[in-house]
Amino acid sequence: QQQHEDLSAKKLRLTKPSKSAALHVDLCKATSPADALQYLLQFARKPVEVESVEGVVRILLEHYYKENDASVRLKIASLLGLLSKTAGFSPDCIMDDAINTLQNEKSHQVLAQLLDTLLVIGTKLTENPSVRMRLVEVACKHLTDSSHGVRNKCLQLIGCLGPVEKGVAKEAESQAAKDVQKIIGDHFNDQDPRVRTAAIKAMLQLHERGLKLQQAIYSQACKLLADDYEQVRSAAVQLIWVLSQLYPESIVPIPSSNEEIRLVDDAFGKICHMVSDGSWVVRVQAAKLLLYGSMQQVSSHFLEQTLDKKLMSDLRRKRTAHERAKELYSSGEFSSGRKWGDDAPKEEIDTGAVNLIESGACGAFVHGLEDEMYEVRIAAVEALCMLAQSSPSFAEKCLDFLVDMFNDEIEEVRLQSIHTMRKISNNITLREDQLDTVLAVLEDSSRDIREALHELLCCTNVSTKEGIHLALVELLKNLTKYPTDRESIWKCLKFLGSRHPTLVLPLVPELLSTHPFFDTPEPDMDDPAYIAVLVLIFNAAKSCPTMPALFSDHTFRHYAYLRDSLSHLVPPLRLPGRKLVSSPVSPSIAPHEDPSQQFLHESLERVYNLQHLDPQGIQELLEFTIRDLQRLGELQSELAGMADFTATYLQCQLLLIKALQEKLWNVAAPLYLKQNALASAAAKQILEETYKMEFMYSGVESRQVVIIHHMRLQAKALQLIVTARTTRGVEPLFGMCEKFLQEVDSFQRCFISELPHMQGSFVDKLLDLMPRLVTSKPSEVVKILQTTLRQSTFLHLPLPEQLHRATANIIEPTGESDNPLRFTSGLVVALDVDATLEHVQDPQGTVKVQVLYPDGQAQLIHPKPADFRNPGPGRHRLITQVYLSHTAWTEPCQIEVRLLLAYNSNRSKASAKIPKSTWSESLEALPQSENGIEGTIPFSKPVKVYIMPKPARR
Amino acid sequence: MPEIKVTPLGAGQDVGRSCILVSIAGKNVMLDCGMHMGYNDDRRFPDFSYITQNGRLTDFLDCVIISHFHLDHCGALPYFSEMVGYDGPIYMTHPTKAICPILLEDYRKITVDKKGETNFFTSQMIKDCMKKVVAVHLHQTVQVDEELEIKAYYAGHVLGAAMFQIKVGCESVVYTGDYNMTPDRHLGAAWIDKCRPDLLISESTYATTIRDSKRCRERDFLKKVHETVERGGKVLIPVFALGRAQELCILLETFWERMNLKAPIYFSTGLTEKANHYYKLFITWTNQKIRKTFVQRNMFEFKHIKAFDRAFADNPGPMVVFATPGMLHAGQSLQIFRKWAGNEKNMVIMPGYCVQGTVGHKILSGQRKLEMEGRQILEVKMQVEYMSFSAHADAKGIMQLIRQAEPRNVLLVHGEAKKMEFLKQKIEQEFHVNCYMPANGETTTIFTNPSIPVDISLGLLKRETAMGLLPDVKKPKLMHGTLIMKDNSFRLVSPEQALKELGLAEHQLRFTCRVHIQDPRKEHETVLRVYNHLKGVLKDYSVQHLPDGSITVESILIQATAHSEDQGTKVLLVSWTYQDEELGSYLTSLLKKGLPQSTT
Repeated sequence: QQQHEDLSAKKLRLTKPSKSAALHVDLCKATSPADALQYLLQFARKPVEVESVEGVVRILLEHYYKENDASVRLKIASLLGLLSKTAGFSPDCIMDDAINTLQNEKSHQVLAQLLDTLLVIGTKLTENPSVRMRLVEVACKHLTDSSHGVRNKCLQLIGCLGPVEKGVAKEAESQAAKDVQKIIGDHFNDQDPRVRTAAIKAMLQLHERGLKLQQAIYSQACKLLADDYEQVRSAAVQLIWVLSQLYPESIVPIPSSNEEIRLVDDAFGKICHMVSDGSWVVRVQAAKLLLYGSMQQVSSHFLEQTLDKKLMSDLRRKRTAHERAKELYSSGEFSSGRKWGDDAPKEEIDTGAVNLIESGACGAFVHGLEDEMYEVRIAAVEALCMLAQSSPSFAEKCLDFLVDMFNDEIEEVRLQSIHTMRKISNNITLREDQLDTVLAVLEDSSRDIREALHELLCCTNVSTKEGIHLALVELLKNLTKYPTDRESIWKCLKFLGSRHPTLVLPLVPELLSTHPFFDTPEPDMDDPAYIAVLVLIFNAAKSCPTMPALFSDHTFRHYAYLRDSLSHLVPPLRLPGRKLVSSPVSPSIAPHEDPSQQFLHESLERVYNLQHLDPQGIQELLEFTIRDLQRLGELQSELAGMADFTATYLQCQLLLIKALQEKLWNVAAPLYLKQNALASAAAKQILEETYKMEFMYSGVESRQVVIIHHMRLQAKALQLIVTARTTRGVEPLFGMCEKFLQEVDSFQRCFISELPHMQGSFVDKLLDLMPRLVTSKPSEVVKILQTTLRQSTFLHLPLPEQLHRATANIIEPTGESDNPLRFTSGLVVALDVDATLEHVQDPQGTVKVQVLYPDGQAQLIHPKPADFRNPGPGRHRLITQVYLSHTAWTEPCQIEVRLLLAYNSNRSKASAKIPKSTWSESLEALPQSENGIEGTIPFSKPVKVYIMPKPARR
Repeated sequence: MPEIKVTPLGAGQDVGRSCILVSIAGKNVMLDCGMHMGYNDDRRFPDFSYITQNGRLTDFLDCVIISHFHLDHCGALPYFSEMVGYDGPIYMTHPTKAICPILLEDYRKITVDKKGETNFFTSQMIKDCMKKVVAVHLHQTVQVDEELEIKAYYAGHVLGAAMFQIKVGCESVVYTGDYNMTPDRHLGAAWIDKCRPDLLISESTYATTIRDSKRCRERDFLKKVHETVERGGKVLIPVFALGRAQELCILLETFWERMNLKAPIYFSTGLTEKANHYYKLFITWTNQKIRKTFVQRNMFEFKHIKAFDRAFADNPGPMVVFATPGMLHAGQSLQIFRKWAGNEKNMVIMPGYCVQGTVGHKILSGQRKLEMEGRQILEVKMQVEYMSFSAHADAKGIMQLIRQAEPRNVLLVHGEAKKMEFLKQKIEQEFHVNCYMPANGETTTIFTNPSIPVDISLGLLKRETAMGLLPDVKKPKLMHGTLIMKDNSFRLVSPEQALKELGLAEHQLRFTCRVHIQDPRKEHETVLRVYNHLKGVLKDYSVQHLPDGSITVESILIQATAHSEDQGTKVLLVSWTYQDEELGSYLTSLLKKGLPQSTT
């Protein structure tokens, strides 16, 4: 018996009768309901196999009928639901029984539970219309139940299963299921709020399943907005929104007047009204619905009302601070501070015209943005963003409010509003006073806020030269206060300059502090602030050819220096009389991408065409090409990924060729033991490189993956040959050969579609020889492999459109500090790590931090998912804390911190591409080892940190 | 008709001296007991003799409720309880109870020690008075006695401010005290559920104002302070010890933290320090942000704000100082002002209203040369700014609260008559409810229409709901039962049970009616015809022909006899109980129409 149990297949068969039988015995044994309940609870903890579900259900039902105690029946009913959820079990066989149990049930709770079970059954059998119809009928019958729980479940059931297609419903007609909408609609007025909520939810469910709701519901839903209970109101707001999407253009009357209005406008007004509801749950819901942005059909005057709030004081119209600021600005006078009574209201307003509660959109956002709960505020900001994106005029209007939000008390809200502003910045131009407020935030101590603001400034339009000057001054202030923001500020100024060349132009003399008659002292070239100014100017000069005339001599020198050292920030300029400096490669102004790309392709083609040269020639050519490519990658950042990728591939090829050229193959086995180092090292390196190629580049397509895998296969073959040569005895070879052949096999399975493109390659030849290989001895296999390796042509590596190498740059720690980080040994010290990652897919899963201690001890840290920010497409930011600890040292010493990219061949792109079914088949066939080759690739420069664990004081 | 009577003793069409008497269903409640800042004579306290000329107030009042600790809401309390005499319960929230005595003591000191008044309440009286206070929690229903219950709602405004619901049976009144519908840096917004009171007594300080967003004002304030500090100037902010001071502190504290500023902020010691201590304790009464972050750090434990010492005022370099009192009329704030006024780099920010005659008012109205004591002239070169930070609901806020609570009547207090008039008109127009605004001493009577709860026996309810269709919320439902009114309670029971309980025998009431029918045939044939006819017409009822020659339709009995004089006329005797009145009368009218001509 014990042997049998090891085999899972047999175990099933053995336990099947015993499981239900045991339950049966247990239940019969139970003397009291409490006992029975205990047995059931225990039973529920264990999983039940698919085969035995039906038997168990029968037994449960049998006991159900016998049982007098409601709580036990309730548990049985819930178990029925659980069991019918079992994957692979089709519950239609127990449906009739389940429906029958409903008939005589008296307890409302049990009834509700049974309906829940039916819901489970129904959702498993959705394809079967007759089953659904029947269940809906059952539900309709119980809708009159006096318990809210039962009515609740019935409505849920109808919502989930009610007929959606009109035609089918008519044919398979039965009275009850005729008009689900009407049935549900009747319960909008139920006396229990929970049932009302369930009814609305059921209606929404029907909508989600594709039923077109009738417009008549709209008026009903509007009434529900005034419900006493928040969950009803919350659901009703959703329903209103859904209806407004369905019938945007219908006309509805305005109550208590003869006017009519478009439905979408009306709904918009109603939802806006709910933004000032008493319950914050409803407020969040309403603000979020405004956010979905599909309120795009709303008329613009309605939209703009949401930002309108008329101020008055002592019955006289008062201008808002925003209006005052605008006026001040347009009158040319800059903010002079407010005087007592400055805002004293002037014009009298007509008391009759003041409407204190505007029905509708008026000031909805003003309320939302001032809400007590930050959830509401965030939702309101997001909604503002969505609406502003679709309407430029609205964007212009909401600007003041967004700028205000930059001073919210909660950082999340501030951050969100800055992001929002960035998203809509294409539509807007900042006024000076607004810019002033925006720039004030630059002093925020939170790095996230500052960086978000830099991003915002990158894409902001500024209207005046004073604005640019102001921005520059504030950014420089920021720079002195937080020197770590250097990079981000430079980048920000780069964009600011290139966007506003004409505004920068008049500022140049002042910024460079040049003088028409006198020479001014040359500024310090290493001053980050000076570099910042230069970045702004040079970027503006790119599209403003008159600007260089204003430069002084040293400015040109500095340009040359910066163009070289900070090439990503300083654009190439055409400088008069300075050709030497200005034109680095080609004198023509033609875009630089083309020739270098051409060069890349030419050099590659050269390599691919010249494969039949003598080995020596090939090697040399490869070496040259690799060198060229690496240099190209350094020069042209856009092509870096492409160049590196191909260089790596060629490197692999070169290694392979070199390894095969080794003399060792001609020498008798015992003699080359010392020399094989090169060949096996080459094999190892190729393997590593292939993993890098596969996992470190984003944009790799399946065509490349095949080539990479193919290269890996060759490396493995090489490894096999080398081991066969170096080891004595045949036994270990058996296993290795078998493993290798399995790998070939899985390669064939995975890439069957790509094989035709691989004529004459290693694997192509190998597959031809496969029948022979399988039968032959290891020594023969090795021989065959060796010849095929030598004879095979090397494959052309097609290049994808976009290829980027994952890179990481550790900003902090800088590794420059001479002060060791002191801490007591045995305790931990937290080290702040701040790094930027580029082109890393799924960084949360793959990026790790490695800490190497001087004693060789290595520690791998998995950062929390929340530590990764995503400031832009393809870019990530890792800000995390690494905990260090060590036993006491006598001297301070350096540890190394670096980032690793973890990979797992399971997640390989190749396996993701092939269809599921073949995958699961091949999974069974694949040996264990192939499934999980995991490893890490270091992809950042290590940073040294000086630490000093002190011995604990006694 | 039951009625609610409201008489403001103070704050009726006026600001200050809040004191409102409410009698509801035989209970008398006094809401707030404040003093008036404008008077120094007897008028500063409410006229308690209105309640009773002689004798203890305890006999006339069931309880006193204090909404918050501002002196115009609680200033007269020791006078009222100790000097006039009241021993009943006084209700207030925990923070109010904690802070109230500090303010009262301060008030006493100023009046007695500084102004030298006699016949004022003493420290001991304040202590005795506070012993009578019962503290309540938010949303806690407190039973004052068997019928009267009160419940507190959050009101914003200042720490511990509450709105109170007073409820007797089905009648209820909500008193708002002072409240704020927009949240600020340290307090949340007022909130009330849809309690639908008969009367809402609301403050209306800003009845005719709709205010600008708070954020603009805050930003202005911060910008001004920041600029001055960056210039190396000193900022003086005269404040009153409680309320706004804490808000401004938090505002500056968070700003300093955000912007990483180093200039020192000082807070004048004494009262304010004591009050800050209480703010630290009552974190649950503050807004979302402070509540959520206090686990990491209590916002009221200021990092950048330190206690002020007199000597600091002469320190070089920038600084910000909060000093009392708020109107620059005396004390520390005035001392500092005199020191700093000569330098144009410095700035004074007045965060609140200033009474005429004070230095604060003078400088705000633009006076640059002030005559100080001893004939010396002080030239004011420093910048003078005004920032209003007030925590009352504006007109929109008041309307919002009314919308939330859905009262049947609204009564406005704590505001100026002219402004109230406008709001009153708006409320009546928008909500279609009555709105009142009594003056001090004027009584408003509001008639209520309370619903009277009746206990119904479960059996009867189930039986009645089982009959008929699904209950519809919106429509009244007809029900048969017996109403028993006994010992001040109402119960609806089934007739059988009522009879049993009251020990009465059941009497049956039957209606009988004779119907004459022209039918020459024999009696039993007539009966048969009648039977067939009824059976044909009344398909839904059980019509039976009994062997003794009578017909029953449900419980209605029909017998036929020949007319004693005219054999051609048959007399049908129809008899039914009063429960079947409907069917019975229908049957008689049917029979009166005569039988259809038989086809046989």
